[in-house]
Amino acid sequence: MALEDKKRIESLDPRISRARLSGGNHEDMTGLLHFQTYEVFHQNKRGAQHKHVGIVHAPNSDMALLYAKEQYARREQTANIWVAPSSCISATEYADDDIFTTNRFIFSVLTNLSFSKTRCSEENIESRS
Amino acid sequence: MYGNAYIDPNEKFSSEEETPELLAAFQARIDAGDKIEPQDWMPAMYRKQLIRMIEQHAHSEIIGSLPEGTWITRAPGFRRKLALMAKVQDEVGHAQLLYSAAETLGKSREDMMNDLITGKSKYSNIFNYPALTWADSAVIAWLVDAGAIVNQLANSKGSYGPYCRALERICYEESFHLKYGHDNVVHLATGTKKQREMVQAAMTRWWTPLMHFFGPSDKASVHSDTLMRWKVKMASNDAMRQQFMDMYIPKIWDLGLTLPDPLLKKNTETGLWDYTEPDWEEFKRVINGDGPCNAERLAVRRMAEENGRWVARAINNEEAEHVRPFA
Repeated sequence: MALEDKKRIESLDPRISRARLSGGNHEDMTGLLHFQTYEVFHQNKRGAQHKHVGIVHAPNSDMALLYAKEQYARREQTANIWVAPSSCISATEYADDDIFTTNRFIFSVLTNLSFSKTRCSEENIESRS
Repeated sequence: MYGNAYIDPNEKFSSEEETPELLAAFQARIDAGDKIEPQDWMPAMYRKQLIRMIEQHAHSEIIGSLPEGTWITRAPGFRRKLALMAKVQDEVGHAQLLYSAAETLGKSREDMMNDLITGKSKYSNIFNYPALTWADSAVIAWLVDAGAIVNQLANSKGSYGPYCRALERICYEESFHLKYGHDNVVHLATGTKKQREMVQAAMTRWWTPLMHFFGPSDKASVHSDTLMRWKVKMASNDAMRQQFMDMYIPKIWDLGLTLPDPLLKKNTETGLWDYTEPDWEEFKRVINGDGPCNAERLAVRRMAEENGRWVARAINNEEAEHVRPFA
């Protein structure tokens, strides 16, 4: 008992002193619960795109919306928020990002219909064929 | 030390699978200014150091809210109380953003929390000192946040995408914390004799921890070189300390406050500040657990986890599917 008294924390904060905490406990916290993560999408005003801003940990989508409001809408103008479980997101691989180069090529053809002009030179077209 | 984690000098830096070709391609991508994303290949040491750094930064935010948080109930006036509450809530929000960034590298938030509570992972040493008076909370809000901004602005230009994105948000909020702190210090420094004495005493108390804040000189460290090439570490500890001194010592002196270092002056030849080296033995002692508030900080954090656990258990969804967050 005497030893325990020694370890009791006396704080400058009266609330902490009243909590009668003792220090020096380095044990593992067992049973910390893992909530799943939700990806958060934030819209700053009506009509704007929703933009991915990060994640929250939550047990369900209602709680996820609540946490997302607190975390991502606290200091910014917000019209709307979406949340989706991270496990529901499908994504391409960065390693395969060459699959997008064709799109860029077609885009350049579309935007440079007069072929003599800019980026989409003959040289470019040849290199694709 | 905020997002500037300590590295064991004997730690191995690369493994056999990390071929020179892979490493060179990785380096080329960083040199080109590309951001590394969680799904990309990265050297083990890069991953490890980033986890350590972001995790320590997150812990610093969450523990950092404690010394100031203790003053919420005793803030002088309703306006100050509201402002301090908002600031402390921001800091906890920063911790959440940072834990999320670290999680993309493969360590769960719960594991990080456990390592904090058991004393296995560190947080910024400065929060092991007590905020004795209201003026201490003002000095923390101004100068500790200022130091954090110097560090975080540098790190936000680093190479890891999720960390940079989190820091951008954090810096935006820290910048108005700094204004809040400055306003608070100016108010005290231009107030009654008692207020001036109080803020001077706080400034004197916090000077050594502030000089410790950026960590010991790391000029000679081999690890530092590699981490700087990888844009994990963006500036040396000394460079950041000098930048902080350049920005804030004149402002402190402008307020008629003094700093407890007789050698402190700007060297006109080198353009750098001359100062007395702070006691680095004290720094080591405190970071290893023997500071005035280490035990209290961890005990309070543990209490929060334990007391909140029944809520977590009540709302837990046991069928939830866990995947690593994307970005």
